[in-house]
Amino acid sequence: MKIECNDCGADINLPEDAIVGEIVTCPDCGGDFEIVSKSGDKVELKPAETVGEDWGQ
Amino acid sequence: MDEISILYDKIRYEEKSLHEKAIKRGLKVSLLDAKNISLNTSSKHSDFNQSRVFLQRCLSHYRSLYLTTCLEFLGLNVINSSSIIDTCGNKLKTSLKLAQNNIPTPKTHFAFSVEGFKELLTEIGYPKVLKPIVGSWGRGVFPLRNQELANMILEIREEDTNPLSRIYYVQEMIKRPPRDIRCIVIGNKLITSVYRYSADDEWRTNVARGGRTEIAPITKELEDIVIKTSEAIGGGILGVDLMEDLDNGLVVHEVNNNVEFRGASLVSHVDIADAILDYLETFLKR
Ligand SMILES: Nc1ncnc2c1ncn2[C@@H]1O[C@H](COP(=O)(O)OP(=O)(O)OP(=O)(O)O)[C@@H](O)[C@H]1O
Repeated sequence: MKIECNDCGADINLPEDAIVGEIVTCPDCGGDFEIVSKSGDKVELKPAETVGEDWGQ
Repeated sequence: MDEISILYDKIRYEEKSLHEKAIKRGLKVSLLDAKNISLNTSSKHSDFNQSRVFLQRCLSHYRSLYLTTCLEFLGLNVINSSSIIDTCGNKLKTSLKLAQNNIPTPKTHFAFSVEGFKELLTEIGYPKVLKPIVGSWGRGVFPLRNQELANMILEIREEDTNPLSRIYYVQEMIKRPPRDIRCIVIGNKLITSVYRYSADDEWRTNVARGGRTEIAPITKELEDIVIKTSEAIGGGILGVDLMEDLDNGLVVHEVNNNVEFRGASLVSHVDIADAILDYLETFLKR
């Protein structure tokens, strides 16, 4: 499944089993996006949170 | 009513496989985006998602700690508990907890100003390892090999406005093979242990830094120290990281409260997501 990048308009490839909350990266501009909703072939993205200093395991 | 809720701020391999496996088991499971949760001092248990058990998988330490504290205020059961997150997410608290419980750990020094830290360094000498108190994936972990390097790193660190950067945590440098041992411990039981080797151009062994994973044998010595560590921290689902000190044997240098297991899953004979779900299910039966 393909979806348009919110920033640069390039095509982002979305795996079929992608779920809400996953992060996808635009191959052209490198922007990270979080999948906000997904129903059928309608997918909504928002810019992902940047990695904070307190992130990790 | 859900049985299990997985709290996340970003879904990775781990959250996805836990979710899929829980569904396959016929469990009622949901993924809850922690970024969208709000509550207040009058909130009641009944206002909130009614899951029997919440699995805390947030990547942000502070989000994980404070959200868990709030959910516990509502009387909800969160794995891991806020007290475990508080200890494990903070290297200073972890080191003190390990020392308090006589668990072998690298000797670690603390200072509370840059002047105090420089003075400390002239006393204890080099090489040493400087680490941020909060933070992970090896970020900000630097070997201090001599005074010149130390001064450079400290200069950079002083630019940092994070108040926690004024707390200095420095550790003896352990003489070890180019690998760590990482153990996954669930409910005080050792589930699996793997070696993490460092990438060729890297001193740190984190998988996030390109390190490679291999299965490690479970010896009696390893099992004893890991179980003792888990008991000291308070049980739950933990990643215990050890180094093989060539002079003193195994030392624990870190305990993770939000275990990453993608690397270990590729080599381990045990299914780690299944082991986590088995543990969560014990809370459903109570
Ligand atoms: N005292 C030490 N002596 C020698 N090597 C060390 C020492 N402390 C850390 N290292 C190396 O640096 C790596 C990163 O250190 P540490 O695990 O403390 O940081 P971290 O950011 O919490 O990493 P993570 O949480 O991903 O394991 C370790 O896995 C180890 O390979």
